[in-house]
Amino acid sequence: MTLLVFLLEHVIPGGYARAALGPRATAAEVYQFKVANGLFLPIWDQYYQYLRGLIESFNLGYSYQFNQSVTTVIGERLPKTLVLVGLATVFALIVAVPLGVLQVVRRNKPVDYTLTGLSFIGYSMPAFLLGQLLILYFAIDFHWFPTEAPQGQTVGSIIGDPRALVLPILTLSALTIAAFSRYMRSSLMEAMTQDYIRTARAKGASSGRVLFRHALRNALIPIITLIGLSLPGIIGGALITETVFNFPGMGLLTVNSALNEDIPVLLGTTFVVTLATVAGSLLADILYAIVDPRVRYT
Amino acid sequence: MAIQTGAGMGNLPLEEAALAPGQGFDGPSGGEGVSTGSIGMQILRVFFENKLAVIGAAVIILMVLFCYLGPVFYSTNQTNANNALLYGCQNCAPSWAHPLGTDATGFDMLGRIMYGGQVSLEVGFAAAGLATAIGVIWGAVSGFFGGWVDALMMRIVDVLLSVPLLFLIITLAVIFKPSLSLIILVIGFTAWLGPARLVRGEALTLRVREYVQAVRVMGGTGRRIVVRHIIPNTIGTIVVNATFQVADAILLMAALGFIGLGVPLPLTDWGSMLANAVNWALAGYWWQIYPTGAAIVLVVVAFNFVGDALRDAFEVRLQRR
Repeated sequence: MTLLVFLLEHVIPGGYARAALGPRATAAEVYQFKVANGLFLPIWDQYYQYLRGLIESFNLGYSYQFNQSVTTVIGERLPKTLVLVGLATVFALIVAVPLGVLQVVRRNKPVDYTLTGLSFIGYSMPAFLLGQLLILYFAIDFHWFPTEAPQGQTVGSIIGDPRALVLPILTLSALTIAAFSRYMRSSLMEAMTQDYIRTARAKGASSGRVLFRHALRNALIPIITLIGLSLPGIIGGALITETVFNFPGMGLLTVNSALNEDIPVLLGTTFVVTLATVAGSLLADILYAIVDPRVRYT
Repeated sequence: MAIQTGAGMGNLPLEEAALAPGQGFDGPSGGEGVSTGSIGMQILRVFFENKLAVIGAAVIILMVLFCYLGPVFYSTNQTNANNALLYGCQNCAPSWAHPLGTDATGFDMLGRIMYGGQVSLEVGFAAAGLATAIGVIWGAVSGFFGGWVDALMMRIVDVLLSVPLLFLIITLAVIFKPSLSLIILVIGFTAWLGPARLVRGEALTLRVREYVQAVRVMGGTGRRIVVRHIIPNTIGTIVVNATFQVADAILLMAALGFIGLGVPLPLTDWGSMLANAVNWALAGYWWQIYPTGAAIVLVVVAFNFVGDALRDAFEVRLQRR
């Protein structure tokens, strides 16, 4: 991963130095910059230096746009994105699991078909379109919620403004709800065919008890893996959501840096977001082992 | 971006399936179809039994015709911004002259949806094709050779898989200035991980089959086995996955366009059109948002329907083998 980021930095057309100094730099200035930054060293030496800086001081480079180190710029925004992604994931779970259960209870009834149709639309709907429509209806027509996400500088001030968070979280969780409830439905259906369900029924347990005590608990386990797997997608969705709602997080930073061609920041955000995803997936794996005693990592 | 949930559209009643444990729940409806005709015919029949799939396929065909043949019957100026600004009317509401109104430059929206749709569909098909091709070869080689080759190739996939796609694509789109073919390449080269993993999984089971060993005994090379025997046997997985890839690529393209990294003018795509429309959302120019948005959702839903039905159809084949 570090290798990928490093190599990307070096395939910028016109060279790294040109990108950093802007199109009006003279050849002499470019030469000086190259000497100062060790760009004439062999490429593996440069990679070694890059890695050392990254590990020792978490040095990701310097942002031309903000005139600050990339680490500082990202450090300010990362917690906000984590809050948004975390809340949206939790919300998606709270909504999707009951929806999945409802679909199984009422399978092949109108409710099931309606929810299936909605979930298809849910994951075919571009997040920016959904976000924009929500703004149009709930913020502009009805004035229920503000059009923008909270603009606070700290995480505390963002959570302190829950009304402004409603629409971004709805937008971000829509796709996840669709996917999770769909998965929940098939996972629960499969659990219902297992032998232990027949045993439970034979013992005289009511169908409600069978569904919630026996089937649901087992069907929930794969959902944990699914959360880990869908994290990259959710974070990608956060990028769009942050852009639509002007939420000062990693996604908006990435988009603004992209439009300003601030490549160190772009590479930095990609790197940090990937780290966060890996950490999240690891957490999901550990959680899986705790919840399901059959899983053992030896 | 869509997460494949492994849930088909099949409607097997619970009791029926409980009698046949081991069978997937999302198999095709009922077990009434007795095998007649070739495997290809069976697949087609199961596919056409699924009404949603037929609707989806029809929507896709109609949309392709609409975007490519539409301009023949309904020709509008979509490339000359000067003429549009001078002679067109800007942000006009739908009327007889402009059934879906015009945008801020003065381009006719109905024609623009066709014109932008060409780009969106092209990117969808081409990027999905590219991603599938790379993924299939990567996965088949990795699964067939196994051992350290497999371990190395799959670690690369795992690493790339943990990079949020959108961030990577945006970075790539900035570094390499976007043009239509570059966007296709960027999406194609970042979306091949899914098919690679799927095909690798199948290749792992196929490589120990008798017929593969027979080829080896007869002196067939590794390349021949991969190309002639392993890849053709994973065709079901490949086709199903490619369908979802098209849907994903269209959504990704729309997201890129929305952010402002879409195809350069005078080309346009549905995402860029929506991005422009959003600037005027407060003014109430609904005709700039809803038809375009509906086009995206419709096409993506259609591809998802078709993909789901294809999965069911190919599962039938697997069950009968």
